[in-house]
Amino acid sequence: MDGHKVHITPIKTYLAVATLLLVLTIVTVAVSFVNLGPFNVTVALAIASLKALLVAFFFMHLFYDNKLYLVIFSMALIFLTIFLTFTMFDTTTRGSIEKDKAVPINKEATIYQQK
Amino acid sequence: MTEISTTHPEHLQHHFVDEEQQRESAKMGMWIFLLTEILLFGGLFVAYGIYRAWYPEMFYNAHKFLDVTLGTVNTIVLITSSLTMALAIRMMQVNKKGLTVINLILTLAFAFAFLVIKYFEYSHKIELGQLPGNLYTFTGVEGTNPHIFFSIYFMMTGLHGIHVLIGILAIAWILKRTLKNEFSNNYYTPIEMTGLYWHLVDMIWIFLFPLLYLIG
Repeated sequence: MDGHKVHITPIKTYLAVATLLLVLTIVTVAVSFVNLGPFNVTVALAIASLKALLVAFFFMHLFYDNKLYLVIFSMALIFLTIFLTFTMFDTTTRGSIEKDKAVPINKEATIYQQK
Repeated sequence: MTEISTTHPEHLQHHFVDEEQQRESAKMGMWIFLLTEILLFGGLFVAYGIYRAWYPEMFYNAHKFLDVTLGTVNTIVLITSSLTMALAIRMMQVNKKGLTVINLILTLAFAFAFLVIKYFEYSHKIELGQLPGNLYTFTGVEGTNPHIFFSIYFMMTGLHGIHVLIGILAIAWILKRTLKNEFSNNYYTPIEMTGLYWHLVDMIWIFLFPLLYLIG
């Protein structure tokens, strides 16, 4: 380990990132007044993700720091994505499963074939 | 190799090999804490996803009762406070303590501004009875179960607001320590940790804002 690995970000970079964040904020507000149907959510989340990454990489120094921190951060995002995606699969497709409730599908399961 | 170092900096704890290791350990611990924070808010984001999928119309109608202007102003306030926080750390890295102090004070000011705006938003909703759960008495929203939207709104922004409050305490604490000359370009880890926390609070708001205020 060499003693001085600390990266000092130029003020210019911080100002550029902040400007970009403010511009993206205005863009996301402006876009919300345009009716894109279901794509409004997609665009809003895409812009928010871009902003969050800018904050993480530059304000939180993930871009320059030990990549272990990036791994930890990614872990959080990966598990949140799994949590969210699978919950949404479940809750949005409940209706199509409920219809089959009357059919005893469990009879097909191996556990019932033992006796 | 018995004689490692008899003179070491005051801030270096004896169980660390050197300052680099101490700094990296602190940062790793902080990132793990931030991971738990992301997952804590994650639960609320999932709840949001479920109810928005169930009641898309109601979410659209209810969100119109949030003030987009105040939300936008608060987003700008919080992003600017993140910038001043980052600059405070940067100034300490180049040993300009005066500028660190100024940037920390600005960060505090923006944090208070955020809470003041939030206070006005909340009191307006309390007046109208747009409150969570059983307390909901407002009748102006069309759609099924509009109280759910406001339950989620108050839970998410409330938990976020508590984080802002804790952030204010943390920033005030490091401001006090900076004024007492406890930091230098060799040691400023507590400022950096507070900064990471503050940026996470900003990041969460970056998602809350479009999800609550800007439903298209």
